Amino acid sequence: MHMAQIIVVTSGKGGVGKTTSSAAIATGLALKGHKTVVVDFDIGLRNLDLIMGCERRVVYDFVNVINGEANLNQTLIKDKRTSNLYILPASQTRDKDALTKEGVGRVLDELRKEFEYIICDSPAGIETGAMMALYFADIAIVTTNPEVSSVRDSDRILGMLQSKSKRAEDGLEPVKEFLLLTRYSPTRVATGEMLSVADVEEILAIPLLGVIPESQAVLKASNSGIPVIVDQESDAGQAYSDSVARLLGEDVAMRFVTEEKKGFLKRIFGS
Amino acid sequence: MQKPSLELKGSSFTLSVLHINHADLNKVAAELDNKLAIAPQFFIGAPLVVNLSSIQDANYPLAGLKDLLLSRNLVIVGITGAPSAIANQAQSLGLAIIKSGKQSANQPQLPRTTKIVKQNIRSGQQIYAQNGDLIIVGAVGNGAEVIADGSIHIYGSLRGKAMAGANGDRNAVIIAQTLDAELVSIAGQYWLTENLQAHATIKSGCIRLEGDSLTLDALSL
Repeated sequence: MHMAQIIVVTSGKGGVGKTTSSAAIATGLALKGHKTVVVDFDIGLRNLDLIMGCERRVVYDFVNVINGEANLNQTLIKDKRTSNLYILPASQTRDKDALTKEGVGRVLDELRKEFEYIICDSPAGIETGAMMALYFADIAIVTTNPEVSSVRDSDRILGMLQSKSKRAEDGLEPVKEFLLLTRYSPTRVATGEMLSVADVEEILAIPLLGVIPESQAVLKASNSGIPVIVDQESDAGQAYSDSVARLLGEDVAMRFVTEEKKGFLKRIFGS
Repeated sequence: MQKPSLELKGSSFTLSVLHINHADLNKVAAELDNKLAIAPQFFIGAPLVVNLSSIQDANYPLAGLKDLLLSRNLVIVGITGAPSAIANQAQSLGLAIIKSGKQSANQPQLPRTTKIVKQNIRSGQQIYAQNGDLIIVGAVGNGAEVIADGSIHIYGSLRGKAMAGANGDRNAVIIAQTLDAELVSIAGQYWLTENLQAHATIKSGCIRLEGDSLTLDALSL
């Protein structure tokens, strides 16, 4: 078994799809046979358990483990659909100051012994919760929407990764940064309402992990508590699978980045 | 072995400097008396250096000033910043001519050091090159700031703020491969995006100070 990797899914800005992406990527890694845990760092505003469909099975939470009120075995929730997948839920009743560097480090060290991938679902913002989520990261997936304010906030988070992460402080090899462009609509790019993949890549200048198209399937998946990657009929589900493959080093061509061309017959007869 | 009858050792003292801004001795006397009245004990016997850099008159009555200060128990030990004609007077009055640190010919020049940063400067980051030039190999993002006492060179896009000549160096320049800045400034003179947009045809360029206003020259980088 290789060294455990800590992956933070972060963005700065809220509402860009961090939790959706954390759930999808964690599920995707587990589906590929890697033992994976996804940790909700959004203390006080927990959502990950809803997206993962395990909200009724939360007994203990991350803060309980940090405070020594419960151990990891009691707290980790095993996913019902996907083997190799576990969830460490956040506390809904505490605030983000309950996370301390020592406490988080201790829990992550313990998880490293058990898991190949530890996905940290970061809260929005650049305060304690977000800093704790990125501090121990080996890999950062910077989730960005194709619009100016989201790109700006992602740039800010990249600066934090370069200066405030443990790897930066210890002078180790820097955190590996990847861009995950979410809610992408080629049609709206064509009309100039959205930044293009190339625009965002030029500004942020980090490798592109994937482009997730704007899709009804995402909302449907969230509401039913099933990570969208499980829905392989959907474009978003397929795009997440591609992204997970790239994360594992596979060479997969980008899909869903250009406007769907209507076929010859459709153009003549309409759709 | 007998101890030598004298020794010469270097030592530094903190002296008060009295700046004379006006040639009229009566006016100086009146204002000096007001000052002394505030803290008379403090000034008794205090050694003073008189700064005469504001005085242009070669016939300035230095002897008169010396008497005026002595009459108020102030000890004048030397003058500084005076034109050479007054300096001659000082010599005949037995006053030392003191060169202040700033005027000193062999002022220790801090070496100019260049700072090279080979990465993108992200929103919220600030890089400062003190007492030298700043070279960025990478982009400067919106909301990032790069500052140098010397010039700034950016081999990449400048989308944030760049401030060159931060210490007042009017010869500093800002050179960027792609100019798309929020703000550029040289020695305090600045341009915002809208000023730069007047030169929208220029992609790569050099911003410098001409007189009191900034100007932009195209460069092919």
